[in-house]
Amino acid sequence: MSVIIDENTKIIVQGITGHQGSFHSGEMLKFGAKVVAGVTPGKGGMKVHDVPVYDTVEETLVHEPDATMITVPAPFVKDAAFEAMYNGIRVVYILTEKVPLHDALDIVTYARSHGHVVIGPNGPGITVPGKTKMGIMPNHIFKKGTVAVASRSGTLTYEIVNALTLNGYGQSTVIGLGGDRITGLNFVDVLELFEKDEDTEAIVLVGEIGGTAEEEAAEYIKAKVSKPVVAYIAGRSAPPGKRMGHAGAIITRGKGTAESKIKAFNEAGVPVAEFPWEIPQALKKVYK
Amino acid sequence: MNLYEYQGKALYRKFGVPTPEGYVAFKPDDIKDVTKDVVIKAQVLTGGRGKSGGVKFASTRDEAVEKAKEILAMEIKGHKVRAVLVEEKLKIEKEYYLSILIDRSTRAPLIMASPDGGVEIESVPDERIFKYRVNPEIGVQPFVGRALSKKMGFTGDLAKQFTKILMNLYRMFREYDAELVEINPLVLSEGKLIAADSKVVIDSDSLYRHKDLEENAEEKTPLELEANKAGYAFVELDGNVGVIANGAGLTMATLDTLLLYGLKPRNFLDLGGTDSVDITKNAFTYVLKANPEAILVNIFGGVTKCDTVAQGIIAAKESFNIDMPIVVRLSGVHEEEGRKMLEEAGIHAFADMRHAIEKLKTIMEGSQ
Repeated sequence: MSVIIDENTKIIVQGITGHQGSFHSGEMLKFGAKVVAGVTPGKGGMKVHDVPVYDTVEETLVHEPDATMITVPAPFVKDAAFEAMYNGIRVVYILTEKVPLHDALDIVTYARSHGHVVIGPNGPGITVPGKTKMGIMPNHIFKKGTVAVASRSGTLTYEIVNALTLNGYGQSTVIGLGGDRITGLNFVDVLELFEKDEDTEAIVLVGEIGGTAEEEAAEYIKAKVSKPVVAYIAGRSAPPGKRMGHAGAIITRGKGTAESKIKAFNEAGVPVAEFPWEIPQALKKVYK
Repeated sequence: MNLYEYQGKALYRKFGVPTPEGYVAFKPDDIKDVTKDVVIKAQVLTGGRGKSGGVKFASTRDEAVEKAKEILAMEIKGHKVRAVLVEEKLKIEKEYYLSILIDRSTRAPLIMASPDGGVEIESVPDERIFKYRVNPEIGVQPFVGRALSKKMGFTGDLAKQFTKILMNLYRMFREYDAELVEINPLVLSEGKLIAADSKVVIDSDSLYRHKDLEENAEEKTPLELEANKAGYAFVELDGNVGVIANGAGLTMATLDTLLLYGLKPRNFLDLGGTDSVDITKNAFTYVLKANPEAILVNIFGGVTKCDTVAQGIIAAKESFNIDMPIVVRLSGVHEEEGRKMLEEAGIHAFADMRHAIEKLKTIMEGSQ
């Protein structure tokens, strides 16, 4: 069992002929993912890494896809996501950054009321080591294991996964939630999945300043999570009112500070590492 | 992007949300004849202008010109006044509060309304703020206006006015991709509800589809604007260590780590997911303009290849004649080649973040 996707998940890539779409489809195939088709309007009939390309999502249905990776430019993301959901594709991962907030709102609202899962926008995707990968996380850092990771960032996730692997902690599932203000999944959603997942024994959360997702996660952990959890929070040095790269990473009106998040985690019995490389040590204390 | 009050009010009028009669004046000459008492308000992208003397009243044209001159010359909390808004002075019977924003935790628009307007909403007790979570699939139908009107104490015609304002405001919120629309105060004046102020924040990622909005310079420094224009997420800070890293999260973590080591970052610069020598090289342009005393580069290469980054760093060092210390952390694809190239060029290179920052600390302490 794994979370959201597994080795049997059939993936299509919307925007497969673009630079990002084509490169990462290749990396996904190398990782063992079942990339069954690609979509680029006007490019039907082409092949990318031997994967057939179609003009529409509807035409890819002959391959019975379960999930899509969307890599099209921001102004076309809403259209692409709705095309996928209308055609019954269950999991929609959006790699694209700078998706308009109200487009993300419409996509996530529809998904939640119709039973679709949205990952992103503006995240590195989801990796199930030894099984499959949908997204852009570098293949070489992973090791199959029992620690689940959920993160609001990209590169920092790789940093932490790498540290886990080097210290002998393999991963069950690694999910990048996305750095935007509205994302399909938040920490509480994935905590629920990780708690149920038989392959997961411990959980690492990588949060950052902005919003209250970490505080809500802490409450949820207190009430419903039995597995050990450790965390890292980025942005303790960020000044209020300054957006630190991610659309979501901003301290506004005194809300969303690192202090508040660290305090909430500590109160929920979740150790918060000071430095990214200390995550394995923190895990050792609460897990094994 | 924050809108000035006059820009926000122009949108309100476009969507049928009543505002006071008035006009914007960019210079004292723009002031028109005064037939009834007017209020002259500084147009500035910060709050608290009233307390800073940015709101004045006038009864004659001469007086209005005089007050406009004073306000136009002001700087409020470090923000230059762009213009003045000249409006009829309203007879205020009561002040209310109304806003719509995107609530991140429920992933839905949230309406907030309060009968206690005119003050900072943070100072209003929770039980006096009525909240309504909008289901975007339903939108704001009249029943929402009726429900909130009841709580706000509006009956009869006022309830109808309030409902219309709420529905129109929501329409504007959606059509203009707003992060926030706020009316504080929404005033009751001679039987009419009128938006006496406006605070509107438009999602910057949506500006490509709102060409009618003039772009306001954000609250950014000239160097930040320059670097942003070149495609780098860049924020100036007040320390002395220039920072280049890749990914917003890792860049933040780098700044945090520096501070925990007692070192102060001069900037945030996210290189993004790149595999280009030039993008790496040009990033140094902006860091150097910030005059740091040393530069830390922290790269975890996934898509970004370490040898490409190394080439960019070496190119920057040569073409910009950088003689301050540069410490580099390179990890990921082609990391060994990358580090070897740097060391041959006399640049300290490490495989992990911790050793790079420890080296930087030793260098900076040695130079003091």
